[in-house]
Amino acid sequence: MEHTVSAYEDELKQLARRVTEIGGLAERAVADSVQALTRIDVELARKVVAGDAQIDALQHITEDLAILTIAKRQPMAVDLREIVGAMRIAGDLERVGDLAKNIAKRVAAISGSFPNKQLVTGVEHLAEIALLQLKTVLDAYGSRDDKAAHLVRQRDDEIDALYTSLFRELLTYMMEDPRNISFCIHLLFCAKNIERIGDHATNIAETVHYMVTGNVYADERPKADQSIAATQTQPN
Amino acid sequence: MSSSPAPFQTIRTPDASPRPTKIHADGVKVIYGTKQALHGVSIDIGEKSVTAFIGPSGCGKSTFLRCINRMNDTIVGARVEGKITLDGEDIYNTDLDVVELRARVGMVFQKPNPFPKSIFDNVAYGPRIHGLAKSKADLEEIVVTSLQKASLYNEVKDRLQEPGTGLSGGQQQRLCIARAIAVSPEVILMDEPCSALDPIATAKVEELIDELRTNYTIVIVTHSMQQAARVSQRTAFFHLGHLVEEGPTDHIFTNPLEQRTQDYITGRFG
Repeated sequence: MEHTVSAYEDELKQLARRVTEIGGLAERAVADSVQALTRIDVELARKVVAGDAQIDALQHITEDLAILTIAKRQPMAVDLREIVGAMRIAGDLERVGDLAKNIAKRVAAISGSFPNKQLVTGVEHLAEIALLQLKTVLDAYGSRDDKAAHLVRQRDDEIDALYTSLFRELLTYMMEDPRNISFCIHLLFCAKNIERIGDHATNIAETVHYMVTGNVYADERPKADQSIAATQTQPN
Repeated sequence: MSSSPAPFQTIRTPDASPRPTKIHADGVKVIYGTKQALHGVSIDIGEKSVTAFIGPSGCGKSTFLRCINRMNDTIVGARVEGKITLDGEDIYNTDLDVVELRARVGMVFQKPNPFPKSIFDNVAYGPRIHGLAKSKADLEEIVVTSLQKASLYNEVKDRLQEPGTGLSGGQQQRLCIARAIAVSPEVILMDEPCSALDPIATAKVEELIDELRTNYTIVIVTHSMQQAARVSQRTAFFHLGHLVEEGPTDHIFTNPLEQRTQDYITGRFG
């Protein structure tokens, strides 16, 4: 059922459109930054860095709109959750944009050193899953699909597990030859950024769940990041 | 044998730690002549807390409120069925003294309605007719404490003999609340107590309601969803003479279970 006040309805729709718009830009930034990384495309990386300002600006606009709507309409129940959800998701997406920008910034630094194709492929694969998660959760937001959002939350441990194995690989590679360290560290930060993009996708999934049902998940989210354990020395 | 329609089911969410019941209503129906205004309302109202009744105009919330101190008795052709108890005692028992009941269950109306008397006499009226004051000093004390409890004393202490009708709207409403408090009621019913007040006066009355709930059981009918959300601990949503949903206020306004509740509080009612 629509609101009796149609302007209110329009404001909520506009808010959702803004979030979707930021989502599209953030998705694109992640995809481009990873492509710039795998192809050492400094020009594309530069575009990603420059494009982040637009995401930031849109996030501000969305937040202002949400605050104004709260002040004007004093929303309740599903509307209140809709607006709070939009603010949270816009915040998560803005962070995703920052992380993509950080990946892009490292492309120029890596470009001088010799890349190990296999390691880059590992990061690429990690990014594919993170991007799929991001895309799926944005679709779940668009259709207010709690089930789809739930699946995204369940799948985050895949990213964590892959990140852990990449971490181990990079560690081994650095141990083999100190000349690899610079390259590996940059790649490790990229991998960590992508892993965190996955975490933001999970945050968004939890927000969608809240928006649709009004409830928050009581259980801990699935975790498979074992990278801390990977550096611990085994007792003799 | 004809099958009767399925009984209406109210959606209920209990409090995490429920309060003792002050008022218990069971299957309350009200019929005005040929028109049935309430179709069997059952609810437990917890003591020393604020319960808000919300719903669109004509939903029966005021009608139900008026059942709690038998105000509907004064309407010709009105019939009340079902049972309402106050501390377990049937208030529709024929042996019950209605005047005494109304002293225990006070009421504040939409429009401030002070008597055309002095501020002092407005508050002293109830204690006088109920014989609550043994002496003049006693009566003065009751008037002062009541005005203090209604957060009005400081504003009127120098002009207690001036007419109550000379006060501002917000002050008049607090005077009416002081008048209700003066007879030491257990329950205060409020029928849209702020709808005729400006935002500042409304805020004062809301602040007062919040203070009063430590000593009194308060039931408030309001058209302002925000007011219900601000002042009450439990909220009951009425629609077309039925109690649709009742539960903790925080829950009703963030995540109501019934679609009709959701539609109403979000402004989607057609």
